[in-house]
Amino acid sequence: MVELTDLTLAAARAGLDAREFSAVELTKAHIAAMDQARALNAFITETPDLALERAAESDARLAKGEGGVLEGLPIAIKDLFCTKGVLTTAGSHILDGFKPPYESTVTSKLWAAGAVGLGKLNLDEFAMGSANITSYYGPVINPWTPHAGAARGPLVPGGSSGGSAAAVAARIALAATGTDTGGSIRQPASFCGIVGIKPTYGRVSRWGVVAFASSLDQAGPMTRTVEDAAIMLGVMAGHDPKDSTSAPMPVPDFRAALTGDIRGLKIGIPREYRVDNMPVEIDRLWQQGIEWLRAAGAEPVEISLPMTKYALPVYYIIAPAEASANLARYDGVKFGLRVPGASLDEMYENTRAAGFGAEVKRRVLIGTYVLSAGYYDAYYLKAQRIRTLIARDFEAAFQKVDAILTPTAPSAAFAIGEKMDDPLAMYLNDVFTVPVNLAGLPGLSVPAGLSADGLPLGLQVIGRAFDEATVLRVGGVLETAAAFTATPARRG
Amino acid sequence: MALDKATVARIATLARIKVPEADRDALGHELNNILHWVEQLDEVDTADVPPMASVVHLTQPLRDDVVTDGARADDVLKNAPGAAHGFFTVPKVIE
Repeated sequence: MVELTDLTLAAARAGLDAREFSAVELTKAHIAAMDQARALNAFITETPDLALERAAESDARLAKGEGGVLEGLPIAIKDLFCTKGVLTTAGSHILDGFKPPYESTVTSKLWAAGAVGLGKLNLDEFAMGSANITSYYGPVINPWTPHAGAARGPLVPGGSSGGSAAAVAARIALAATGTDTGGSIRQPASFCGIVGIKPTYGRVSRWGVVAFASSLDQAGPMTRTVEDAAIMLGVMAGHDPKDSTSAPMPVPDFRAALTGDIRGLKIGIPREYRVDNMPVEIDRLWQQGIEWLRAAGAEPVEISLPMTKYALPVYYIIAPAEASANLARYDGVKFGLRVPGASLDEMYENTRAAGFGAEVKRRVLIGTYVLSAGYYDAYYLKAQRIRTLIARDFEAAFQKVDAILTPTAPSAAFAIGEKMDDPLAMYLNDVFTVPVNLAGLPGLSVPAGLSADGLPLGLQVIGRAFDEATVLRVGGVLETAAAFTATPARRG
Repeated sequence: MALDKATVARIATLARIKVPEADRDALGHELNNILHWVEQLDEVDTADVPPMASVVHLTQPLRDDVVTDGARADDVLKNAPGAAHGFFTVPKVIE
C-alpha cells in the first residue's frame, strides 16, 4: 500500500470516502512525519492535539455520509494567516505571544471545507525574503539534497513560504497555504519540487493575513499536483466583503478546467526572460517546456515584455513603501513585544529595534525614505508609473496569446549561507516572478525537471487576470509531459 | 542621492526604529546600494504615464454606513503588553 503521507489531496479524499483509512489514521501518519522531520524546522507551532480533535470530527461527519471538499485532509498553514487562539508570529520576534482573537477568511474557508490543520509553518520574517533565512525562528532546511559530489551544506527551501514548500515536499502535510508578494509561493515551490499558484490579485481574500505589501500580496495553495492546487484554490478563492480589494466574481470549477486539451492555445515566450548568466540547464528546461506544449497542440509565439528589466527595481520601491506603512502597527502597544523606554517615542523605537530583524528594518527604512517629503515623486510615483507600463506590456501580450511560459526562478536551490551578504543578489531570485505580482496576474509553478545536481526546477505559467482556469490547464499538460516523480531524500 | 549618517538618523526617527550611532554608516552604505540600483528607473520616460492606482480594473465597492462589529474590548486588549481598566497603557506622555 502507498504510504498515507505520499497521497495527494484528491487520492486521500477518495480513500476516506472508500473507508480505506480514517481521518484520524491519516492525521496520525502526518503527525508522525512532523515529529520525524523536526530538523527541517518547517513549523513554528505544531498543533497535533487540535489536529486529532478535528480529524475525529471529520470521521464523524464522513460516517454520516457528509463532509466537505477537504474533509479530514491534514494540511498546514503559513504562519502569516491569523488563526483564532493559535500563536501567529509572521516569523517575527515583534509578534511574540500573539494569539489572534479571530480567524483569517482563508483559514475559515479551509476549516469549513473540513481540512485538518497540523500547525503553523515557518517563513521569512513578514514574508520578506527568498530563502527562508530571515525568520526569527531560524532557517528552514530544504528536504532535497544535491547529488553526492556536489557537496554543499543544507539547502534553502526558497522563500518566503519556505516552511510550506518544505513541509509539502517532505510529506509532512498533504498541502499548505502560502502567500506571494513577489514570488513567495512560486520560487519555493520550484526549489522544493512542488506545485504552487499565486492567484489573480483579488481572487483570494487577504482578510486576516498579516500584510506585507497590500497591492501585491495574494494567498494561494502549495501542493504536490496541479489537480490538488485546483481543488484547494477552489476552497480558498471567492469574494469576501471584509477585503475591499477582493473581487466580486464567481469562482469557476478549477478542477473541471483540467481537461488536458490545450490544442490551439497560443503560448507566449517572452524574449526578455533570457537573462544574462541564466544557467544552461534552466534555458534547456524552458525549451523542453515549449516543446511539450507544442506537442500537445499549442502554438508557441515569441512575445516581448520590454519593461521586464525594470520590474525588480520597481518592486523594491513599492513593496518597501507599502511595508513601511503596514508595519507601523507594530509599536509595542496593541500586541506582541514591548521593550520599555523613558518616553512613548523611545518605547516605540526600542521595541521596533529589538523586534524587527535586519532585512525587515532595511525595507522599512527604504520604504520610509522613498515616501518621505522631497523623494515621493522621484521614487514612489516614478515606480508606480513604470508599474503601469509593466501591466501594459502584459495587456498587449495577452491580445496575442492565451498564456505565457517562463522559468520560475533563475537557479535551483542554493546553500544556506550563500547570497547572504548581498541583498541585491538575493533579490534577483524573483526576477521572473515579480512582474506577475506588479501586474496582478495569476502565476503557477510546476516542477518540470532536475538540475545536474539532482535538484528540482520549475516552469511558470502566467495567465490573464482571473483566468486561473487556463493557467491550471496548461500547467496540467506540463505536469503530465514532465512526469516529475522524483522525491526528496530527506524526510527528517 | 547618497544617504549620509544624518539622513539615516532622520529616516530611522521617522520609522521609529532605534539605530545606534555606530551602525549608521554601514546601514547607510547598504541602503545606498539599493537606492543606486533602483535609480536605473530614471532612464524610463514616464512623462505621459499615469501612476498605477489599482492593479485590477474593478470599481471599489461602497459599504452601507452601519455598525457591523464592535463591543469587543476584551478581545482587543487580550494581546496587549499592557492594559488597565479597559485601555491600552503606554509610558506617560503628559508632563
